Formats: sequence, structure tokens, C-alpha cells
Amino acid sequence: MRIYVTSVLVDDQSKALDFYTRVLGFKVKHDIPMGEHRWLTVVSPENPEGTELLLEPSEHPAAKPFKTALVEDGIPATSFQVDDIDSEYERLVSLGVSFTQKPMDAGPVRMVVLDDTCGNLIQLIQMKSS
Amino acid sequence: MNDDDLDHIFKALGDPTRRKIIDRLRERPGQSLFEICALFFAENGMALSRQAVTQHIDMLQKAGLVRVEWSGRTRIHSLDPGPLREAVDLWLRNHL
Repeated sequence: MRIYVTSVLVDDQSKALDFYTRVLGFKVKHDIPMGEHRWLTVVSPENPEGTELLLEPSEHPAAKPFKTALVEDGIPATSFQVDDIDSEYERLVSLGVSFTQKPMDAGPVRMVVLDDTCGNLIQLIQMKSS
Repeated sequence: MNDDDLDHIFKALGDPTRRKIIDRLRERPGQSLFEICALFFAENGMALSRQAVTQHIDMLQKAGLVRVEWSGRTRIHSLDPGPLREAVDLWLRNHL
């Protein structure tokens, strides 16, 4: 058994596609029309055969209050790893990304938390040993 | 500031976790609940539940020592040392 896909619940798939590709730098892996929505996944260009991230419509009525509560408390929906978090932070700030948490050391990691503009907070971490 | 206010302040200070939260907010203002929890775990090696931190923050807010603002749709907490200074002037200083 392998984990081939994981998802974030996005308010708007087109907007999410723009943010996750143009801003974060992921590449589209699958974009398959499925009625009103799409099966839309992205991968890291550093690992194109790796786990896909599904940009899943937050259609279910329970999704909205769940997402709102997480954002209110600053809790990230998911987490991505980078090699140099400070330069990534600077790059994303220059692209207009807003952060709820600036670079902070927490044990073995250094982390930031950003707003994906689609109703989620996303954590980026750098493993300090790497 | 009256006796009730003083009670809230000294009650808020009467707990090591809340004093640690105050210390961390002084060093790094503008923290979300997530950040307060993450920082507490990183520095003390023990996890605090979200509910526990929420209760501590409520007491600090009641004492006027923590202010809450919004950054987008995220609640952000900062330290307000004003009431501490008032408490010093009003009562503590009499005994220093």
C-alpha cells in the first residue's frame, strides 16, 4: 500500500490552480473534467513521480465551518518541505503571499505558515539538519 | 484599576504556563494559537492541548495582558504590559 495522493479542500479550483502552480511552483499532473469540477492534482517539479496533491473542491457543507475554524486558530491544513525556508519566505513575500507566521524555529524544524487564498493555511518547513 | 482588576492580573500570573506564554509573546508578538502551541512544545518539550492554551489565553485576556487582533481571518495574540505596570504602581510598589 502506498500514499499516491493527498488533498487540500479549496474554495475555487481555478484560483487554487493558479496559486499552487504559479506562486508555490508545483506542476499539474492530472486535470480531468468531472462534471462541475475537475480531478485536479499537482506535483513537485523536484519529484514529479511523487505523491500528488489533489486540489479538491470544498463542496461539502461541513467543509466551510471546519476550514474557517482551523484558519481562525492559525492551524495549517497541510505542510510542505523546502530546502531553504528563509529564501522561500522572501520569494513568496515578494509575490504578495500573506503569512500568519513568519520564520520560526521549533525544535528540529524551521517553519512558516501562509495563506493559500483558497481558505487554507499552509505550513512550510525546513528540516534543520538538511 | 480596582481590586477586581488586580485579582485578574495576579491570578493570570499565578501559573507557570501562563508566565511562559507571556515571555514568548514579549519576544515574538502577534502569534496565532497554533504558533503559541508550537513554540511551547519546541521550547519545553511538552505538548499543551489547544483547549488548555485557549483557557490560559482567556485568563490573560481577562487580565488585559493579552490583546487579540485579526490578521486576515486568523486570530493573532500580542502582549499588553500596560496593566502590569499599573499593578506595580497601584500596589506592588508599596512593598518594594
